[in-house]
Amino acid sequence: MERKTALKRTSLYVSGTNPVNMIQAGFYNEDCMVFDLEDSVPATEKDAARLLVYHMIRDHRPAGKYILIRVNGIYSEWIDEDLEAAVRARPDAIRIPKVEYPEEVTMIAQKISRIEEEAGIEVGSTELWCNIESYMGVFNAYEIATASDRVVALALGAEDFTASMRSQRTKEGAEIFYARNAVLMACRKAGVEAVDAVFSDINDLEGLKRDTALTKNLGFDGKTVVHPRQIDVVNSFFTPSAKEIRYAKRVLEAVEEGKRQSKGAVTLDGSMIDKPMELRALTTLAQARAAGIPV
Amino acid sequence: MKNAVGRELPEQIGNYTVKPFAGTGKAQKVLPPVVSKRQPRLGPEDGKKLCESLQEAIRKTGLKDGMTISFHHSFREGDMIIGQVLTAIRALGIKGLRFAPSAVVNIKNPSIVDFVKDGTIDRIEASGIRGELGDAVIDGLMEQPVILRPHGARPRAIETGELQIDVAFIGASASDEYGNCTGQIGPNACGSLGYSFVDAANAAQVVIVTDNLVEYPCCPTSISQQYVDYVVVIDQIGDPAKIGAGAARMTKNPRDLMIASRAADAIAASRLFKDGFSFQTGAGAISIACTNYLAERMEERGIKASFALGGMTANIIEMFKKGLVRVLECSQSFDAVAARAIAEYPNILEIDNSVYSNPYTRGSMLDKLNFGVLGALEVDTDFNLNILTGMSGEMMGGLGGGPDVADGADISIVTIPVIRGRTPSIVPKVFTCCTPGDSVAMVVTEAGIALNPKHKYYDMLKEDLEAAGLKLVTIQYLCDLALSYTGIPKPIETTDKVVAVVEYRDGTVIDVIRQIKR
Repeated sequence: MERKTALKRTSLYVSGTNPVNMIQAGFYNEDCMVFDLEDSVPATEKDAARLLVYHMIRDHRPAGKYILIRVNGIYSEWIDEDLEAAVRARPDAIRIPKVEYPEEVTMIAQKISRIEEEAGIEVGSTELWCNIESYMGVFNAYEIATASDRVVALALGAEDFTASMRSQRTKEGAEIFYARNAVLMACRKAGVEAVDAVFSDINDLEGLKRDTALTKNLGFDGKTVVHPRQIDVVNSFFTPSAKEIRYAKRVLEAVEEGKRQSKGAVTLDGSMIDKPMELRALTTLAQARAAGIPV
Repeated sequence: MKNAVGRELPEQIGNYTVKPFAGTGKAQKVLPPVVSKRQPRLGPEDGKKLCESLQEAIRKTGLKDGMTISFHHSFREGDMIIGQVLTAIRALGIKGLRFAPSAVVNIKNPSIVDFVKDGTIDRIEASGIRGELGDAVIDGLMEQPVILRPHGARPRAIETGELQIDVAFIGASASDEYGNCTGQIGPNACGSLGYSFVDAANAAQVVIVTDNLVEYPCCPTSISQQYVDYVVVIDQIGDPAKIGAGAARMTKNPRDLMIASRAADAIAASRLFKDGFSFQTGAGAISIACTNYLAERMEERGIKASFALGGMTANIIEMFKKGLVRVLECSQSFDAVAARAIAEYPNILEIDNSVYSNPYTRGSMLDKLNFGVLGALEVDTDFNLNILTGMSGEMMGGLGGGPDVADGADISIVTIPVIRGRTPSIVPKVFTCCTPGDSVAMVVTEAGIALNPKHKYYDMLKEDLEAAGLKLVTIQYLCDLALSYTGIPKPIETTDKVVAVVEYRDGTVIDVIRQIKR
């Protein structure tokens, strides 16, 4: 399946229980909106949230955003109903929490295929983001990222990960440094995007800046945010440099040239340009445009 | 008959004769006969102005049934004078008064409603009413309609004799025994007394009410002894916590911050944003945030303002201290920092409300204002503003200086979220028209900025804002967007009884508010 590129600098969680926040979130500058059915929704409100999110996306889908729904856990009592509603709501992707094994992805992907078929939706069109939130998830990150064609991104979840490791969560983040790198490497190898963990203290914008600088320098494509206040800060770090923009343009020009000459494989400066490279170049230019840089 | 904004008005409402609003460019240019001028006056025979009690002062003023009394609203929700004065009047058995403060603040224990119910007050003229009194009025509490005037219209009404004040009770946080007084010092400082200047100059009798008697002469003096008949000392004139204890804090609401930042961007994008520009922002949550963003833009670009106008807040004082604004023209002080700053800095000036906003002077400062940032409860697709009534028709706010600022400033900017809770703020037709759309330059929302194509600076603003890459949308788009989320609200049903008259700056009637059908 041909995937579209979409900016993933910021993905904002919005609770499925709060219609006002759900409407409001569409007006901020986040690239991705994650309608949440999981942690922010109390057990007694799961049905209501599922309906609200379904109707919100069907009837009031915010324009120009990449839309996700985070469903409840793979082994929870709500997962099947969540998937039924989520797939039919036609988001860009479904975000699966606490993925630890590739078999889990396969199982979810099969369920989604069945629902897509029943609902008359193109099979395979619903993308998946897998939240990596435990040492086992980190351990199996590459297998998870490649378990299904639907997987387009892995997102690190630091709170549950540190709990699984029995480590202490700190603002400096030394305890997740390895996990960040491991997930990132898996993503790069699998050709999917890497989304970094939340910076939890929404009142500490200086801390957020330090943390996001690290996120960006390590090589992540974006970061999950939990409050609208964090959006503009995080976006500002994902503005590509002039050099990156130049390189991206050269990659795309080489691809175009290859197409014109009907070449199967295209090279630039002696290296092969593969599909992930092309997608990354498109993303770089999209990031530049989003930051108001003419490209 | 219909007025220029299409509102259906009766020709007569009780004793009130309606002059329909004729349009912003068509303000009544003919001046009515002038009744206000300084009269030869004498002080008290015994030379003593200081009274033992409020009752004694009221007796000495000769207040009688049916007369008109006035107050200022500078103590805001912390006002303890109005309640004490009305209680003293009631004890003297005086009835049927016209109550004409510069604005009605939402006081409790006692509530104004009690004095209406027992007949002490039978008419109200102010800039707004809300809370318990607002609810009661909208339910048809009063026989005569409440007359609501924006700040700029009140001095005109007083000076033309439409609103003749018999006794003005002026609260002051410091006064001497001869009536030199101020709001700038003392434990209950409220800052500028700008709204009382016109009362002091025109009322038949003037009573200063204070809890802080200072040595003669009181310095600084805001209202001088030449206007004052009596002085009364009471235990407490206000609750400092509610007058405005500290600096108002910056909102953390991300939506409001986004709107505020966008409004500051719109100002900064305009070609009028240059050294020597002037602004008025106000005291709402979005306004305060907008002031802060504006200060950032000024610092980034190295631009300094000549003056800021109107109600002052701590963050405007901060801008002044940084040298970003040369002069603050202060008609009202919204917090304790702003209240005390007038006495501390020579370039922070206490100004008469008439100098601020009255169109019938030889020139009000609003005429010199470049940017005015306004709030509103509703905006309609003709850019008319409702700043009085909420979605179920209840009285929510006051006119304040909103209509004046919109008309006076070169560029008036309305900051408003597209929806509030479950109700739309951008609507096809406002329930109560307070500010005519022609005077509104733009509406700034979280979903984009709508420029008013009928505004005099439309072409200039369109060019400037587009060049800055700001997101421009139409007001119809914003309205459709709001209604797509909320649905179309059921119209509010009213009876034929007019409970309030909404006057425009020139004293014409821009709208009326009818009794809500329950």
